[in-house]
Amino acid sequence: MKGIGTRLALGALLGAATLICGIGLMATSGWLISRASQQPPVLYLMVAIVSVRAFGMGRAVLRYAERLVSHDAALRLLSRTRVRVFEKLIELAPGRLGASETLGLVVSGVDGTADRWLRARLPMASAALAGLAAVALQSWLLPPAGLVLLAGLLVGGIAAPWLAGRAAKRAAVREARGRDEMSALTAQTLRGLPELLAYGAAPGRLDQIRRADEELNRAAGRSAWSLGLATALTTLACCASVFGSLALAVPAARAGDLDVLLVAVLVLTPLAAFEAVTALSAGAQQLLRSRADDELLDRVLRAEPPVREPEAPGGEPEGTAITVHGLDVRWPDADEDALTGFDLDLPPGRKVALFGASGSGKSTLAAALLRFVEYRGSITLGGVELRDLPADRVRGLIGLCAQDAHVFDTTVAENIRLARPGASDEEVAGVMRRAGLDGLPPDRRVGEHGASVSGGERQRIALARALLADFPVLILDEPDAHLDVDTADRVLTDLLTAAGDRTVLLITHRPGIPGADPVLGHVDEVLTLVQGDSPETVAAAA
Amino acid sequence: MRPFDPRLARYARSTVPYLATCVLLGALGAACVIAQSWLLAHAIATLTVPLLLLGVFALRALLSWAQEIAAHRSSAGVKAELREAVLKSAIDGETPPRSGSLAALVTRGVDALDPYFSRYLPQLVLAVIVPVSVLVVLFLADPGSAAIVAVTLPLIPIFGALIGTYTEARTKRQWRTLEALAGHFADVVSGLTTLKVFRRAEFQIKEIERVSGEHRKATMRSLRIAFMSSLALELAATLSVAIVAVSVGLRLVHGGMAFETALFVLILAPEAYLPLRLVGTHFHAAQEGLAAAEEIFSSLGGERPGPTAPAPRGTGAPRVDIRSLVVREGLAPATLTLEPGQTTALVGPSGAGKSSLVAALLGFTRPASGRIGVDGTDLAPETDWAAWREQIAWMPQSPYLFPGTVAENIAIAVPGASEKAVRAAAEATGVLGYTTLDAPLGEEGHGLSAGQAQRIALARVHLRCALLDVRLVLLDEPTAHLDPATELDLREALEPMTRDRTTLLITHRRALAAHADTIVECRPGPSLAAAGAGP
Repeated sequence: MKGIGTRLALGALLGAATLICGIGLMATSGWLISRASQQPPVLYLMVAIVSVRAFGMGRAVLRYAERLVSHDAALRLLSRTRVRVFEKLIELAPGRLGASETLGLVVSGVDGTADRWLRARLPMASAALAGLAAVALQSWLLPPAGLVLLAGLLVGGIAAPWLAGRAAKRAAVREARGRDEMSALTAQTLRGLPELLAYGAAPGRLDQIRRADEELNRAAGRSAWSLGLATALTTLACCASVFGSLALAVPAARAGDLDVLLVAVLVLTPLAAFEAVTALSAGAQQLLRSRADDELLDRVLRAEPPVREPEAPGGEPEGTAITVHGLDVRWPDADEDALTGFDLDLPPGRKVALFGASGSGKSTLAAALLRFVEYRGSITLGGVELRDLPADRVRGLIGLCAQDAHVFDTTVAENIRLARPGASDEEVAGVMRRAGLDGLPPDRRVGEHGASVSGGERQRIALARALLADFPVLILDEPDAHLDVDTADRVLTDLLTAAGDRTVLLITHRPGIPGADPVLGHVDEVLTLVQGDSPETVAAAA
Repeated sequence: MRPFDPRLARYARSTVPYLATCVLLGALGAACVIAQSWLLAHAIATLTVPLLLLGVFALRALLSWAQEIAAHRSSAGVKAELREAVLKSAIDGETPPRSGSLAALVTRGVDALDPYFSRYLPQLVLAVIVPVSVLVVLFLADPGSAAIVAVTLPLIPIFGALIGTYTEARTKRQWRTLEALAGHFADVVSGLTTLKVFRRAEFQIKEIERVSGEHRKATMRSLRIAFMSSLALELAATLSVAIVAVSVGLRLVHGGMAFETALFVLILAPEAYLPLRLVGTHFHAAQEGLAAAEEIFSSLGGERPGPTAPAPRGTGAPRVDIRSLVVREGLAPATLTLEPGQTTALVGPSGAGKSSLVAALLGFTRPASGRIGVDGTDLAPETDWAAWREQIAWMPQSPYLFPGTVAENIAIAVPGASEKAVRAAAEATGVLGYTTLDAPLGEEGHGLSAGQAQRIALARVHLRCALLDVRLVLLDEPTAHLDPATELDLREALEPMTRDRTTLLITHRRALAAHADTIVECRPGPSLAAAGAGP
């Protein structure tokens, strides 16, 4: 993977060569015409004529090569960044950066890697090189003109984008606030549209959105003012260096210190260097905008993993009995414990339903059992303390079928086979049947986030997957969260039946009233979790 | 693809003044470029330093500033107008839209128009104005060079269009593959926890490497073609400039031309090609913007005529006759009557179309066939639904709670309701038993239990019954997910609202249905049939 650096450097050099060709084209044409006006024999002009054509051809061809080389390099870099970030995320998920929003930001930050090089770093490097070449040419012809161009490039290429970046940052805060409010209002309005329509409240909401939009427009107007100022400054800096060169070259030529032929070259070179300055300024703005992405990726790559692997394994678990005693769990970066003083006894084969309101720490318990988050107190699995076991070993014995179980954008069968890649078609068909998926063709694609299957089918795919993995202990975390009442009852009942003689911990927010809930006939024990207390046994069925 | 969609001007009126501003600024910009070139040529030829050049430079800086401000202002204005148009059409539309995709369209989709308005459109205007004016001036200065430019200049758009059509199908095909490959990383990352559970995360590292590699190869294949077209354009442009330079130089040698004119032509000629080349660089961003605009326009649909049929009107509880109503293709026709002032319970498994029946009564879906009569007046697509909905109090299966206070959430049921009325509704439905009116609610009622959210929905129904002339009450699973004690409470709270009003109660709880005047069994297969009267 060392080749990436070389490829990037080559891209930058080719970019610089492209810009230099543009400058060369302008400078040699200027000289050609000045010399031609002295009416020398045509032969004297041949070198200049050939150079003009060569620079013209070179610019186009080099640009083509530069684009191919730098795109290839940037995409290679993207691939490497993806792997590095993913390796780190494997350690971190889901305890840290687990929220889908943050993960989305990480993904778009990684995807932006290619852009940051293609639109910012590489063009800036090329522009800097070409700019220096132009400065060198000017200095060689007339030293003060070199200084003028350098000053112009610095102001136009660095000071102006810096100004623009600062303005953009200030504006971004204001605009982001407006935009967030706008998106929230829009999303709420659309989500609650049936209610708004039924109650005749839609026009009022529309007014509210219009007001938010006006606020957003005002913020946009203010930022446009300062962004425009920066653009104007870039133009001004470039114009000033052209004018400065002219003002220096003309007196020098009149005084005879400068060859008259070179006046055109001195004036036209900064004009061509414009192109480089524009690239510098656009690149700098892009970098400033994407700074947040860079910082986020940096934070991710340096984050501490939420659980520590044991230094020496603490022996092999005997059986799959789970005992939890005095369990306290706190998520990284949280101020208080999500679960305190929790006790639970889960002998092999027992089926326990754990009820609790949202926020009572049910999912936290599942995370602790799967070693997604560090815990205090004691959890033993087959007599061995969980933190003394390698996390992978724990996850071989304790499985999870979560409410937000992900279905990947592939076929139903592939999604299920994920649990055991070597499983035969018959085995996959078998677990599909047990999970109540007989009706679904195994080669059906599920779409992005399972968009082309129903919520119930998605949950059943997750269940079939957990069944295929054949975990001795299965935690079902609100598998009915996104289903309507009837479907939820059916899925839950099927789930518990299909689990057979495995240990099952069913976590749910359903109120758990025996008699009112058909699901409860299928469990051995019903516990209710109240935050801060140990679960209280509500009912124990046969 | 058309470079400009005329529908933009129709749906977003601020587009028109912006286009006019762009043309004005573009014309001034062209004048500046010509003046600058002439002044520079004059200065070099006569070895003078014209101070007028400073004025031209200052004007150029001012123009770029004005361009930036105009672009931002107008794109903000256009975005606001489009957003409103989309939301309006969603509100006036026949069926409440799928909220997820539409929300994305209204926010991110509309924002994709930014580069189109701030970069592409002004550049497009420049690409028309600048080459034409430069060509005219060149012709006046030196017809020979003007001829070269006039011949080569059209090559750029012609080449662009030719290469574009040739590669379009190929590029499109490759973009689809690219999109699928690009989505892979996002898919794997969002499924990371699931992968960890099944101990398959490490395996995915190799997979990411493989897919990214494939993605790179496919991208490079399509880029090679895409860049080839810009190579052709660039070559056409630079070679033309080189030809002009050389031809001017040769004529100078033979004394057929003045030095000043030659310099002027040399400096000015590249300016004719520059805007055309820049249009190409902004083309991709513009394509995204136009694709978003296309999606927005298609979501707007056609203009919908206003309601032409009056809503059923009357005093007292209405009789609602539902005759062979098929709410969705594939469902059995339903026939039932909601007797005036009585409560009809509709029971049956999910998927039988119970909630769709409620949606049809509210005008949210257009039934496939059959009819709904209210005291003899049929509900039809052209009915004044807003006026009909005014007479209904509806409690949805999963009520949506807006972020805001409890009071705001109740008051939404009757826009403009007084605080006193809201308080009375909250009190009567037991909302004040667990919260206060000014307590804030999170996103989707976060922090409330299902029963507490249900009570707020009930308070909304109460408020409507208290303040409006509500004749029909629709209750969709009002006690789902509730324990028997809470269910009993709710049932008691419901009683005064359903008294003397025609009521449709959908429930799968027999205990609740038992209190209705009539129970109707709903099955996915055969038609609805009255199962017997309650007490």
